[in-house]
Parts: sequence; structure tokens; C-alpha cells
Amino acid sequence: MQRSQPGAVSSTPDYSPGVDRRDFIKICCMAAAAVGLPPAAGLKMAEAVAKGLKPSVIWLHFQECTGCTETLLRTSHPGVAELILDLISLDYSETLLAAAGKQAEEALHAAMHAHEGKFVCVVEGAIPLKDGGIYCQIGGRTAKAIMEEVGGKAGAIIAIGSCASWGGIPSADPNPTGAVGAPAVLPGKTVVTIPGCPANPYNLLGTVLQYATFGTLPALDSKGRPLTSYARVIHEDCPRRPHFDAGRFVRQFGDEGHRLGWCLYQMGCKGPATHANCSLQHFGEVPGAWPIGIGHPCFGCTEQTLAFRAPLHATVGIDRPTPPDTYPPIHPERGGVSAVATGVAGLVGGALIGAGLMASKKLGEGPSPQKEE
Amino acid sequence: MAVDRRALLKGLSAAAAAAAVTPPASAAAQRKPAPPDAVGMLYDATLCIGCKTCVVACRKANNLEYEAHSTLWDDPVDLSGRTKNIIKLYREGSRVSYMKQQCMHCLDPGCVGACMMGSFQKREHGIVTWKGDRCIGCRYCAVACPYNIPKFEWDKAFPLVVKCELCSHRLAEGKIPACCEVCPRHAVIYGSYPELLAEAKRRLAEQPDHYYPKVFGEHDGGGTQVLYLTARDVPFEKLGLPTLDEEPVPHLVRTVQHGIYKGFIAPVVLYVALGAVMLRNRKKGGGHE
Repeated sequence: MQRSQPGAVSSTPDYSPGVDRRDFIKICCMAAAAVGLPPAAGLKMAEAVAKGLKPSVIWLHFQECTGCTETLLRTSHPGVAELILDLISLDYSETLLAAAGKQAEEALHAAMHAHEGKFVCVVEGAIPLKDGGIYCQIGGRTAKAIMEEVGGKAGAIIAIGSCASWGGIPSADPNPTGAVGAPAVLPGKTVVTIPGCPANPYNLLGTVLQYATFGTLPALDSKGRPLTSYARVIHEDCPRRPHFDAGRFVRQFGDEGHRLGWCLYQMGCKGPATHANCSLQHFGEVPGAWPIGIGHPCFGCTEQTLAFRAPLHATVGIDRPTPPDTYPPIHPERGGVSAVATGVAGLVGGALIGAGLMASKKLGEGPSPQKEE
Repeated sequence: MAVDRRALLKGLSAAAAAAAVTPPASAAAQRKPAPPDAVGMLYDATLCIGCKTCVVACRKANNLEYEAHSTLWDDPVDLSGRTKNIIKLYREGSRVSYMKQQCMHCLDPGCVGACMMGSFQKREHGIVTWKGDRCIGCRYCAVACPYNIPKFEWDKAFPLVVKCELCSHRLAEGKIPACCEVCPRHAVIYGSYPELLAEAKRRLAEQPDHYYPKVFGEHDGGGTQVLYLTARDVPFEKLGLPTLDEEPVPHLVRTVQHGIYKGFIAPVVLYVALGAVMLRNRKKGGGHE
């Protein structure tokens, strides 16, 4: 099949400049796979997008570094930066919007009212609550007020990154602005959280496209995280896991074990307690582009109890020991004695006692016939 | 009558009286202090992650063969002639805890008390070591140990007694015990006995809700140089550690044995009594045959 060249005239319609149909369907399938949907769902997504049924997305920024947006734009293969604009209809985003000031505010309101109850609200960044929420304001309104208004009208709310999910860096001690995540501001609403610092863009893309195509959200855990991406801890699928199981640990950075790619647990790896799919879906599709991949312990960026709280090089407990059946119990079972063995032992013992009795009897009788001789 | 019942009873009661002359001193007074250069280990079950690195390191440091009971490369089920250190799993419902088992290096060890040949001795740094040249293979040490530590090489023609000796050969080289060196979480640490005890107490004081409120080995069985901490909801019994009072393990046995032989009075009395019986019997039946 002839693939369209950039600038070449193609008989098949281009979905975006520089991306052909094949690549487009590929990326849709990848996004579908990211949330655990079958490849056929990817095709459906591509069709829905081609028909112009692109989900309207309103992207809010609060207390954050915009790292999640930046990583989304810099995913390298194949050109998600362009595709994101085609897969979704990004109607409002402070980072990507050409408009500014009043114009931008109008764009937000226009998008919000045009797709009320249907649009996807993506939140990036924590929301400060201290002192009436004055520490983050846009257009004179507090982040909390904006979140409540936009969140109230949205069809689905997705919190991307750890800041929006549970507070992230802004909520680190002593948390001077009283920063919290989006779920804390919208009690009672379903907020899909995609924690990570930054979050893996595929986990977001898959969730958005599933909602756009099927009108459903992925199955979520108690913290609102899609089970497809956050059900397992890093440790369970870590490429360095065999080194852990064999007791081969990096003892200090730069030692032989470190150069050989051994387990980073002793260096403070939070993998055993961090729910994320980094070990399977490498960051921005670059193989090895994640902390453990480059020889640094996992930081636990998705976990509220770990990231920016637990010391970087402190070790963590391992909740789920796998495989647990290789441990002996406290009181190991001993081989029992079977009934047959007991019976045989009894017979042998009895025979010996009997023989002994007879022998002693004969010994006692013995001398008398000798005397008679 | 071949045996004079009366005389025999007399002799025995004299022996018992001799034993009873020394009243057993209080347990606290009997407790042996730690040697001044005592070293030991502190195992914190709340820190252990069950990676079994210590088991592997112990094998390497002590030239022990692997022990396979299933398709796994190495899965010892208990301490044995090939396993001086083992990680066990306590599980009750969803609650799990690991347990490291090796010699406790008692301040007053039962094995040393039981070993009639003196093969077991507390040697440098208070480490309980076994030297095979005098061992007769009676295995009283295994019976006497309340922690079930000394193991016999049942599968060998010339068996030895095997147990953790705190890597004394490594200590001589200026290293620390292999298990303590490799533990990635410092769940088991090596140090001088007073320092370890202080560290254990510091942890207890710092996190009273986290730990079971006791340092195992501080007083148990007269004290051990290997100390244990466990989680509040997993008492030491659940980890397989015995419930002992503060009396040193060999104390009772020693009281009886040492009492009987005190001043060599009881044996002399007994043999004099027996001799008297024999003499009397000989006089009685002197004309026989």
C-alpha cells in the first residue's frame, strides 16, 4: 500500500496534514489498547473521529507546571502532537489557545454552553482552598469557582496529573495554599484521575476516546484511577523484577550492580507501592524512557502517600508478596507416619520382644540339660 | 533379697537432700551478663520485605549447598544441615509478616549447657560456636535449644552439627555477617549488643503504636544477643518464637545437676550406701556356692 508522502496528492482523504489513514488508525488502536479496549474499538474510534464526532474538550489549568500538557505535545511517535488536535476538539486550553484575555474567556463560555452535559473537562493542576482560594485566580475568579462551574456542566471530568488528582507538588508539606485535587472540590461527581508527574498521555487519550466513542468511562478503582492503567503496581511488571527475586540489588549509584541494571529497591525504589503502568506503557512511547529504565528508583509520582512526601531514597514496604507460596510457614509441616508404617513397626517391635522373651527363657533353661549330660 | 530396699532409699534421699541444700537462686541473680565485647543482630519484622537475599548471602558466605524441595532452585522449608538462615512467612487471612530464623546466640545457651563434651561454647564476642573435634553426635544440643536451631546433617555419613555462627569467620576479616550486609532494607542489622538493645528500645519508644511492646531477647530465656521486633498485631508467638520466662534456659537442669554433684557429697553417700548393701549381702550369703 502506497503511503501518502507529505505534500503529495493522495486519492484517500487526509485526516490531518502529514498523517495518513494507516497511522491514524494505529494511534487510535494504541489509545484503545491503553484503556484495555480491543483493537476493533480503535477502528470505531477512528471512524467516529472521521465522521466529525470529535469530543469537545475543555482543558483547565490551575496550580501546576503544565508538564502534563507539554508531555502530551511532545509524544514522539507517531506525532501525537498533531493527532491530539484531530482526535479531539480542543475548544479551550490556556496553553494552546491563540486567543488571550477576554477573548479566551468567551471561548470557554461558548464551548461550555454549546456542548453542555457532553463535553469532557480535563483538569490539570491543583486547586487552592486556603484563604478563600485566592492563590490561583483566572479572570478574577478563583480556581475553585471555575472548577465548580465547568465541572458541573461537563459530561465527564478527567483529572490529569498528580496535582489535579490529589494535590501533587502544590500540596506538599507545608501546603501553604491548601491545595487539593479536583475530586476534593467536586464531591459526589465521578472524576477520573490519571495521576503521574507527568501523567502518561496514553492513559488520558484512551479514556477520552472511550468516552467519545462509547459514552462510557473505564472501570475505576477507589481513587478514580482507570483499572486498565493503575490496577497493578510497578513492581509486578518491572523489567528489573528478576534481579529483585534473585536478591541482586544496586547498593550505591554507580556500583557494578547499577551498571548491570540490577534492582533499585535499596536505592529507594517506590515501585512496590506505586500503582501505574509505566513499566508496560513506556513514557511517550520511547522505550526505556521512565525512571527505572534510566537507572533511577521509581519516585512514586502517582501515589499521594509517596510522592513529595516519602524521602526519595527511603525504602517502602511490599504489600503483596508474589509469589507467596515459595515461603515456608512458621511451623513447617513434618512428614506424618502412616497407619501402615505404624503397623509394621508394631509387628517388628512385637516380634523382637517375643524373640527376646523366648531367648531369655531358653537361656534360663539352658544350663540344666548341660548339667544332666 | 538381692537389693536392700531400705538402704537404697536411704542413699537416694541423702542425695536428694544434698541437692536441696542449695536453694535455687532467683532467675535475675542467675542471669549471665553479656560479655563486654558482645555483638549481635536486631531483626525488625516490620521492615522485612521477604526478599530472601539474606538466605542467598548466607549460603555463599558459609559455603552451603542449595536446598530444593520443589521445582524451585532453592526453597528450604526449615533450618537444616544445609540452611543456617531462613525467611518464613506468617499468614493469617490477609495479614502477613516475615520471620527470619537463625541462632539467637543466647547469653546463657541451652546447647552449651547440654553439650557434655564442650563442643558448644560461647566464644569471642559471645558468639555461640560449635567445634566438631569433640562432638560425639548425641544431638542433645538440638533438644536443649528452645528455638530449635542446631541441626544435624542427617543425610551425611560423617555428619556435623550446623547452625549460624554469626559469620564469625567474616568478623575475623573485619566484615559483618552476610545477612546484615546484604539486607536492602536494613531489616536485620549487626552491631554491639548494648547498642542494638538501645536501638530496639528507641524504635519502640518512637513508634509505640507500630510495634508489639517488647524487645524479644532482652530477657527471654535469660536474654539473647539476637533481638527481635514485631508488629503490634503479630505477637512473637505467631512468628514461632517460644514463650520463655526470664530464667536462663539451662538454669533448671544446671541446678539439679550441679546440686547433685555439689561437693561430690551425694555420689559418695550413694556409693557408700550401695557398698554397705553389697557388703551385707556378701556376709549374709557368704557360704553360698
